[in-house]
Amino acid sequence: MTAVSPARAIVLWCPDWPVFAAAREAGLDPAAPLALTEGGAVHSCSAAARRDGVVRGLRLREAQYRSPAITVLPYDPVLDVRAFEPVVRQVEQTVPAVQIVRPGTLAMRARGPARYYGGEDAAAQALLETVERLGVAGARVGIADGPFAAEQAARAVRSSPVGIVAPGGSAAFLAPLPVGLVVDERTRTLLNRLGVRTLGEFAALPPGDVRRRFGAAGAFGHDRAAGREATGVAARTPPPEFEITAEFEPPLDRIDQLAFAFRVRAEEFIDRMRAARLVCTAIRVELDDERGGHSARSWLHPRWFTPADVVDRVRWQLQGAGTADTGLVSPITKLRVIPERVDGTANHEAGLWGQGPDERVHHALTRVQSMLGHEGVVTAAVGGGRMLADRQVLVPWGDRPPEHREAPWPGSLPALAPASVFRERHPVALLDSAGDPVAIDERGAISSRPERFAVAGGAPAQVRAWAGPWPVVERWWDAERARRVHRFQLVDHDGCAWLLVRDDEGWWAEARYD
Amino acid sequence: MVTLAAPLRSPTARLERVDELQARIQGMQSTRLETRAVPTHPAFAGLLPGGSLREGTVVEAQGSTTLVMALLAAPSASGRWVAVVGMPEFGVEAAARFGIDLDRLVLVPEPGRQWLAVVAALADVIPVVAVRPAQRVAPAEASRLGARLRERGTTLIAAGAWPGADASLGVELSEWHGLELGHGLLDEREVVVSAAGRGGFAKRRRSRLRMPDRALGFAVADDAADDRGGAGTGHPTAAPRLTPVLHADFARPA
Repeated sequence: MTAVSPARAIVLWCPDWPVFAAAREAGLDPAAPLALTEGGAVHSCSAAARRDGVVRGLRLREAQYRSPAITVLPYDPVLDVRAFEPVVRQVEQTVPAVQIVRPGTLAMRARGPARYYGGEDAAAQALLETVERLGVAGARVGIADGPFAAEQAARAVRSSPVGIVAPGGSAAFLAPLPVGLVVDERTRTLLNRLGVRTLGEFAALPPGDVRRRFGAAGAFGHDRAAGREATGVAARTPPPEFEITAEFEPPLDRIDQLAFAFRVRAEEFIDRMRAARLVCTAIRVELDDERGGHSARSWLHPRWFTPADVVDRVRWQLQGAGTADTGLVSPITKLRVIPERVDGTANHEAGLWGQGPDERVHHALTRVQSMLGHEGVVTAAVGGGRMLADRQVLVPWGDRPPEHREAPWPGSLPALAPASVFRERHPVALLDSAGDPVAIDERGAISSRPERFAVAGGAPAQVRAWAGPWPVVERWWDAERARRVHRFQLVDHDGCAWLLVRDDEGWWAEARYD
Repeated sequence: MVTLAAPLRSPTARLERVDELQARIQGMQSTRLETRAVPTHPAFAGLLPGGSLREGTVVEAQGSTTLVMALLAAPSASGRWVAVVGMPEFGVEAAARFGIDLDRLVLVPEPGRQWLAVVAALADVIPVVAVRPAQRVAPAEASRLGARLRERGTTLIAAGAWPGADASLGVELSEWHGLELGHGLLDEREVVVSAAGRGGFAKRRRSRLRMPDRALGFAVADDAADDRGGAGTGHPTAAPRLTPVLHADFARPA
């Protein structure tokens, strides 16, 4: 019998991985107080924030109260995985056959590495060095019988970054830990009420009784608590590498140059995926410029990307609102394209006679988009809001429309909607019989009856009918976006109806019923 | 026979009726080759040559965005894609309420100088395209695009002057109901839409429509409304003040 039992496992744990990934993406210092929020509550926080008393599940406002200097970012699970991928690849160079338990935690079998590096401790040190080379500080390694015990060993150590539980010692090591680690929340409460608080106490229960009372999930947890883990490490098969990087030396400062230089790589990118019988439906384009600027954006595609589509997305990201022949602010040194979502070609096979009119519509709209830019062709949806311009949601062709939520909007307009909704403010004049502008006082009453109406620069003409004011008071708690306006409906001399708005600056036309 | 005799009281009404029937007959046995009808709201039956929009034609619809929406609503409801080019203020919510399916609506709000190329590209696949010309259209350009429209069977609705348009609709009188001096809410509008065109009819026709009516639909205003507006003659053209309604256009400086 060898010293290392076959079930021994190594777990590499990077503490606060979501915080680290988000800080790196946003260019912040991970040592500063930082919290990620999800649904208004803290999802994870940095060590500095934890020292101030911020914990998981705390309301955002309470967290800001406890740690006033805290930076708050939204939690993005996709970012976690994406940022962890380079770490996994690097670790796979040091130790093959790695299982991703979750972003930030890796499990691997101990036997091979321990033999190769000459001992478990040496293998752990090699892993830590690998991770440190990538700039991940404070990683820990745990080694024990089974991945669960190894992970607990990694989390338990405080003084050194490596925690090793001797073979056969897992059950004793796990015994003082709380029972909530192996069972779900409901079972934990129940066990606590029964007086079972630690894993040791749980492990002491007869296995047959646990299975009868708590089913398969309970029996699984019981095995873990007793240090008899049946599941070993399930190593992943490294996925094929599809992302491409193009570096430009000397840096390119014109969009058309760059698009031309990238065309061949884009074809290679798509061909490689096609060879694996995959199509790509979402990509991420990352650009680095000479001044150290970094721009990253995800692009969706309503069907799948062809090489020309990839080049188009790169072009749109570069040009923003400009045209193809405008120069860039700073020359581009590096371009990276990562497939974000791939799918089997079988799901996207064209029918024998093509896929009907929608495919043709898509091609025509793509052509117009390549003339005018990504934002040039839009589809529309009705969103929420009180002001009409807020209610129109314009989504560039190819992007995902926002989810439609039916919510009541007190104070919005009745069912008859104006046919023309102006995007900019158009000043108008509404005058009373004496020729003075109609004003609205603090209490929402008009100073005098509107008699004459003129669009900017026009001659005032008689008002045929009017009604109002209807106040719209929004977001009074937000100093920047607060809005307090009064609305009017009005029919002018020509028989055209208007929706006018009066704010602090004066009268303007919001929409026209024409 | 009994049913026909009832509404025909005056000779003018009889002539109107004959005109209308002739237009419908013409619509059914098209004089030109391969111009098929595009679904059109029945309110426009008396206005458009042939009683409906035709494939491959250009229809001017000036002075009213609601008029453009009314023309787009029926094709959209029948499952066709529709596109709107160069109208940044096109009200999406109104369009949806008037029956345009937003899933099959494409907007190109700011095509800039390339608007004609954009229209040509869209016309290849989208059966009904509405456009507000950004500048005056040269007759040569219009006829080139017209050939393309006929080849593809696309209907173009021009919200502005278009040389050689097959039909031209305009709003001559607009009357809102529901709003009073200081109270009420807009709920219904009566408009007089005038139509002229080539081929179908030579003299200008007028029709009094509710656009929109109280149920956010479109309808021909009934006879009672005509009598009220037309001082007893029963003919809508006899309304006292008929001038083209031209709204101030914010988009282009005068």
